[in-house]
Amino acid sequence: MFYRETGQFKTSYTADEAIFPIAQDRWFIFGVIAIAVFVVPFLIDDYGANAVLLPFLAYALAAIGLNILTGYCGQVSLGTGGFMAVGAYSTYKLVTAYPDLNLIVIVILSGLITAAVGVLFGLPSLRIKGFYLAVATLAAQFFLVWMFNKFDWFCNNCATGQITMPTVDMFGLQITGPGADPATRYLFCLGIVAVFALLAKNIVRGRIGREWMAIRDMDIAAEIIGIRPLQAKLSAFAVSSFYVGMAGSLYFGVWLSSAEPGEAFDINQSFLVLFMVIIGGLGSIMGSFLGAAFIVLMPLVLKNFMVDGLNIAVVTAKHVEITLMGVLIIFFLIVEPHGLARLWQIAKEKLRLWPFPH
Amino acid sequence: MESAAQMSHGKKIGDIVLAVENISLSFGGVRALSDISFQVREHQVLSIIGPNGAGKSSMLNVINGFYHPQEGLITYRGVTRKQMKPHEAARQGIARTFQNIALFKGMSTLDNIMTGRNTIMKSGLLWQALRIGPALNEELAHRERVEQIIDFLEIEHIRKTPVGKLPYGLQKRVELGRALAAEPSMLLLDEPMAGMNIEEKQDMSRFILDVNNEFGTTIVLIEHDMGVVMDISDHVVVLDYGKKIGDGLPDEVRNNQDVIDAYLGVSHD
Repeated sequence: MFYRETGQFKTSYTADEAIFPIAQDRWFIFGVIAIAVFVVPFLIDDYGANAVLLPFLAYALAAIGLNILTGYCGQVSLGTGGFMAVGAYSTYKLVTAYPDLNLIVIVILSGLITAAVGVLFGLPSLRIKGFYLAVATLAAQFFLVWMFNKFDWFCNNCATGQITMPTVDMFGLQITGPGADPATRYLFCLGIVAVFALLAKNIVRGRIGREWMAIRDMDIAAEIIGIRPLQAKLSAFAVSSFYVGMAGSLYFGVWLSSAEPGEAFDINQSFLVLFMVIIGGLGSIMGSFLGAAFIVLMPLVLKNFMVDGLNIAVVTAKHVEITLMGVLIIFFLIVEPHGLARLWQIAKEKLRLWPFPH
Repeated sequence: MESAAQMSHGKKIGDIVLAVENISLSFGGVRALSDISFQVREHQVLSIIGPNGAGKSSMLNVINGFYHPQEGLITYRGVTRKQMKPHEAARQGIARTFQNIALFKGMSTLDNIMTGRNTIMKSGLLWQALRIGPALNEELAHRERVEQIIDFLEIEHIRKTPVGKLPYGLQKRVELGRALAAEPSMLLLDEPMAGMNIEEKQDMSRFILDVNNEFGTTIVLIEHDMGVVMDISDHVVVLDYGKKIGDGLPDEVRNNQDVIDAYLGVSHD
């Protein structure tokens, strides 16, 4: 009843090409941002930050990165965990080498380093496609994790290969390291994720985004209309890895604070982010957020329900939780193969008509 | 004959823009094209006809760089070459449509046609990410041109529809739009009217002639409907089994004994 676009006329192409062309959508998203910025920081505690919000934000950024590559450009990648490791280790090396450098600059630089590595591992995509490319990116995953384990230089000659984030201040506020305020850490991540999500949205709805989608939908036709496959695919790998690298930087630097390559960045991370992208919706920035929220929150909800609600032993609950996650993923894929983003769209279309049947 | 060609349809036909010389193409032992030569003049509508498997599509694929012929030369606007990449041909102003529609199915009509202008767009990644200044202005300027094409092809109502959901006839029209968006100087159309009903064929013929008249685009098309071919072409080239058996004005080709034999068969007694 309240969700109607009647009377909202567009008189310019700028208005027609807005991200949220419908006024109600704009109010909704402004509301969400306002709550995220002005309300959540006052309610947040250590548990809320460490278990829910920080992983959600870090994974959302990683999911945007993978969605650019897989959802928009159609190149399957199983190397996300490895690329997150590149971001994390770049952050560690930069922070320890230049302790005075602004943390935002460090996060962006980590992204850029990862982008360079991503382009390198994207080169095979010019020759191989689909599942075969997925296998090639798997090589990246295993090679990168092995490399960080093998060479002590990456963790400043430590014995274990483990890296620990030192304390970093920005504008007098402590953001990383032990004792950092959860609200500051949360706001730092939120700022980066929000700004770069907007930039990603701008890229995918512009020339480069169309280039990627053209390659995804029909690469031969794309070449016939003048798109260079080399540039399109490598730019997708670069931008995607940039985002995944920044996600790795936040994941290690702000959320975990210490990480070991074999555990924090193993193949499971790659699958987790891939699930987020598939469940959230391939080819949708909004879907990346929804998918990350689903994968991060669902285990928590299930665990709380089973352990606190049904008094099931923690170990048993963990097993049931993993099984239920799998079942839920299959259920979602059958009900809506295009992911949560598509469900969101259908809900909006239904809401436009409600309470009338059609 | 020369003057007749220039007077055809009462419009000015210019100099030779594309010359195909002694093109031979084979796939293993199969000879798809042998020793084909013909010329296309500026502002001309040239049809390539012939029975199935005559090598018509292969000929188009050779012109826009998709196939690389073993022998022969192609001269386009003074540049002679043996082979090139498809995206280079696109940048030289050769656009094409396909026999089996090759649209980007997940994208809207608008995005498909906008993609056709990608080669003309310049702004870099950073500007686009910020979507301010040059990137935004460029996007809007190109949107305006695309809207003119949408207007011209009368597909305003399906602007935001994903093309995968459109009926066949409209998809063909969107594909023509995408080819036109690049503002090509030569348009290669591979069976633009295949599988269409009579109204759709009339619409498509009108669009092709309008493109030819209004934008002066040179058109090379493959078509099986002889009525359409004879009506809209300035010049007809006939292929059969990879060889050229006819080349001339529509009326000349219609009365050519070799062409009649190729189409109707000939008794070998």
